[in-house]
Amino acid sequence: MPAQDVRELRIVGFLCNWCSYGGADTAGVGRFTQPTDLRIIRVPCSGRIDPLFIVRALMNGADGVLVSGCHPRDCHYAEGNFYARRRLEMLKRFLPITGIDERRFEYTWVSASEGQRWQHVVTEFTRRIHELGPAPSFNPKSDVDWNALAVKASQGQGCPCHGSIQA
Amino acid sequence: MSQLDDLKTAIKSRLGELECVIGWEQGYDPLHATPLFIRSEADLDRLIIGPLAVHNLATYLTGWKGKKVGVVVKGCDSRSVIELMNEKLVSRDDVVIFGLCCDGVVSQRKIRAALPADPGFVESVEIGADSLKVTVAGQAATLRLADVQADKCLVCDTPDAIVSDFLIGKAHTPAPAPSLKCQDEFEAKSDAEKFAFWQETMGRCIRCYACRNACPMCVCRDYCIATSRDPLWVSQENLPSENMMFQMIHVSHLAGRCTECGECERACPVDIPLMLLRRYMNKQVRDVFKHEAGKALDQTPPLLTFKVEEERINERGW
Repeated sequence: MPAQDVRELRIVGFLCNWCSYGGADTAGVGRFTQPTDLRIIRVPCSGRIDPLFIVRALMNGADGVLVSGCHPRDCHYAEGNFYARRRLEMLKRFLPITGIDERRFEYTWVSASEGQRWQHVVTEFTRRIHELGPAPSFNPKSDVDWNALAVKASQGQGCPCHGSIQA
Repeated sequence: MSQLDDLKTAIKSRLGELECVIGWEQGYDPLHATPLFIRSEADLDRLIIGPLAVHNLATYLTGWKGKKVGVVVKGCDSRSVIELMNEKLVSRDDVVIFGLCCDGVVSQRKIRAALPADPGFVESVEIGADSLKVTVAGQAATLRLADVQADKCLVCDTPDAIVSDFLIGKAHTPAPAPSLKCQDEFEAKSDAEKFAFWQETMGRCIRCYACRNACPMCVCRDYCIATSRDPLWVSQENLPSENMMFQMIHVSHLAGRCTECGECERACPVDIPLMLLRRYMNKQVRDVFKHEAGKALDQTPPLLTFKVEEERINERGW
């Protein structure tokens, strides 16, 4: 499914070599139609994925990040995805406080034989990101915005607890 | 101040076998304390404790690794010491812990805001039972201690050192506030508001790394990935996104390890409320792993281990 009339968004996918990358390959071999927004980065194991990869991608302008590995208990390296599961869950829960929409990040488990499931995951996630639209940039885009930010920063709006003293 | 005398006696009894004992002394003015490294009994005279002794001295412990040192800790600082021991970054045998029963410490930021004029140099400070009399430029101001207490003390549930060789003072029955008002208010904001807030505050950040250097759990020192050129996690550009990235590195490396001592926020020269991030992450760790860093010896940080069946993580079927 090509990006028809809509602008293509940037979605970064981190896929483990042994299951999800194979799953994506199975989907391709099976000629399942998939949206084309996803750029896949192949990693040895979901345990290789530092949550900061995801943060860095989001900070650098990715509109969405999808992580996929072997199903828990099926890791090629026996326990990599158990660690990954904990880390990714913490990142997902942490994102709301930063104001980054946590729906822009998702992790899931897809095995090498699950081509159909991979198609479903990609389609659903891409649809979700298109609903959210392009991600807001953390850095101002224009000189005017930069100046506005500089003025606000110099005033030091601060957090509610620093502005006034609690009784 | 019998507590101080008790502490001095305790330190004196162990000083001979220790490289040094880390405590506090008066800093450049009577309102500000600074860390004191006690090497001889003469240094003991300069030791102070009380609401002005704000620093978490556990930060220094890893620098003395392999040597026997003593450290004076408040309840919150003792959590950092315990977490360092749990991660085998310092050994219990190498540290003599002089634990205090703490009545709370002040926030210099709140004092600054409460004083009529900017306290460039404070002439004198008198500490009462529940008040603080500060004299600046000939003008005396009396502040209620409860008004200028650090945020962490409002929700503190560990005023007394959890693990110690000497426990000085009378143990408390803590009655902490259930949650911090400013935290709840911030969390209730919309994503867009929070995003704009961080853009702005990170625009203020000068990336001096004071938050990292003050943090007792930041032990990588010269190997911190935030300052490495290869891989280049954070570029040298002074952009809000790079400053935020640095904070994300700090928070994610502290996930399940942060003891909420508030040193990062206290050390920040541009008053960025960093604890909003830390407290939120800690809440998530509590919810998912039922873990609080540094509350007991011999715990493993939750991200360094796993369970095959996680009770509170859904397997995310699509």
